[in-house]
Amino acid sequence: MTNQADHADELRILGCGDAAFLAEFPNLDSVLAHYRGLTKGGPAAGSLPAGVIDVVPAARTILVTFNPSVIEGAAVHHWIRSTPPERSGAPVGSEVQIEVRYGGPDLSDVAHHLGVSEAQVVNLHTGSAWTAAFSGFAPGFVYLVTDHARLHVPRRSNPRTTVPAGAVGLAGEFSGVYPRQSPGGWQLIGTTTAVLWDASRREPALIQPGDTVRFVEA
Amino acid sequence: MGILVVKPGALTLVEDLGRPGHAAMGLSPSGALDRASLMLANSLLGNPVGTAGLEVLMGGLVLRFVTASAVAVTGAEGLVRLNGTEMPLNKGVRVAPGSVLEFGTPFFGLRYYVAIQGGLEAPVLLGSRSTDVLSGEGPAPLKAGDTLIPGRSGMGVGNSNVYTSSFPVIRRAPDPERPITLRIDEGPRADWFAPGAWQRLIGQHWTLSPDSNRIGARLQGRPLVVDRAEELASEGMVKGALQVPPSGLPTVFLADHPVTGGYPVIGVVRQADLDLLGQARPGQEIRFLG
Repeated sequence: MTNQADHADELRILGCGDAAFLAEFPNLDSVLAHYRGLTKGGPAAGSLPAGVIDVVPAARTILVTFNPSVIEGAAVHHWIRSTPPERSGAPVGSEVQIEVRYGGPDLSDVAHHLGVSEAQVVNLHTGSAWTAAFSGFAPGFVYLVTDHARLHVPRRSNPRTTVPAGAVGLAGEFSGVYPRQSPGGWQLIGTTTAVLWDASRREPALIQPGDTVRFVEA
Repeated sequence: MGILVVKPGALTLVEDLGRPGHAAMGLSPSGALDRASLMLANSLLGNPVGTAGLEVLMGGLVLRFVTASAVAVTGAEGLVRLNGTEMPLNKGVRVAPGSVLEFGTPFFGLRYYVAIQGGLEAPVLLGSRSTDVLSGEGPAPLKAGDTLIPGRSGMGVGNSNVYTSSFPVIRRAPDPERPITLRIDEGPRADWFAPGAWQRLIGQHWTLSPDSNRIGARLQGRPLVVDRAEELASEGMVKGALQVPPSGLPTVFLADHPVTGGYPVIGVVRQADLDLLGQARPGQEIRFLG
């Protein structure tokens, strides 16, 4: 637990119209810690102040939108600034296990780029605890990060026009699973039958920001 | 039973007040672009204001009522005929079985809103029946031969995140020959732009591009110049944000906008002024008051 003086300097709050603020942080770890603090119990747990609508994490920022007829901007600003980050690493969300059949079209390229065997890529991918950092790109698509850099690979220089739903990929510091068929430039190392997005489920997204994800070999 | 779609028009969608509150999982708020007009149409029939109705782009829609109902048409202003006779806008009107309702090209504004007594049946996703054209969630656009099933009051759809505090009043749809004015505040990345960019933003008449849609209103004019070489890490985007890509021509994000974006936001339109933008026509002039 940190006090306000310790963490207030590391965030900068930018105006974003009459119903939002954009909080900016020095790095992704800081974003995740503040996101955990702001959404303790998970964003769906009703822990947000009345009138706050969305808390949207991204790589360096957290967007907070609100209904100005319910809560004043000054109160939202104060809430962002005074809520302590949670650095414990204790996940805010649940742990999600995803079964992967490894052997995607880029597995050998990834192994070659990292200078390891394909089996070692699989071991690294299944052996790491991944944190769901933020969504984007398509409903249910979540950028996953882990605590080491041993799987960092560039995007494909030539993006595919079609990546199938369930494709498991790597790009930069991230891993992710395509929720639907779409174009994409990530390096594909496997596929899963897990359904990342299903509008008929009560909670359509399988993975929410803050969740911990573990990949296991199918 | 129900209401037969004889002709769907250019684009007719089921919309209510959307599903705000799910941006963290990648879902846009969606919902009617001109919210006050949908709320007014529902109020005129005694429906809860957030009941699902139709958003009719540029007219062309023809409906045949198989069963009796009541309708209210708001938003854009044009010739709407019920059984061949001009029907009053902004008024609840009874519809007898067999009636045909036809929407002409609007004279003012761009989108009619049609409320049906009891609302429309459609699957509910996260509290809303709205079509989101970005994610493809929600009901498909209307097509000829579809049957719309009236709901039984629209009860049960209550999203606490939607704005319903102000009582809906009739607002004239904008004249496409005259500029509209939108209030704007500086955005989070206003300092990424060359000196004079803000003056250029508020000092010129922009033109609404024909490739605008529910995702964004694209603007044509003298470009705004970004002053930084570094790349912006993708960040959360709000409705009303003016995102400026390398072309320098801003897109104003509307209800179905992507939840994150990687280009700097120079300004954000006041939320209360977005309804008006939802009625602007391609080619119409837009001024920003900042």
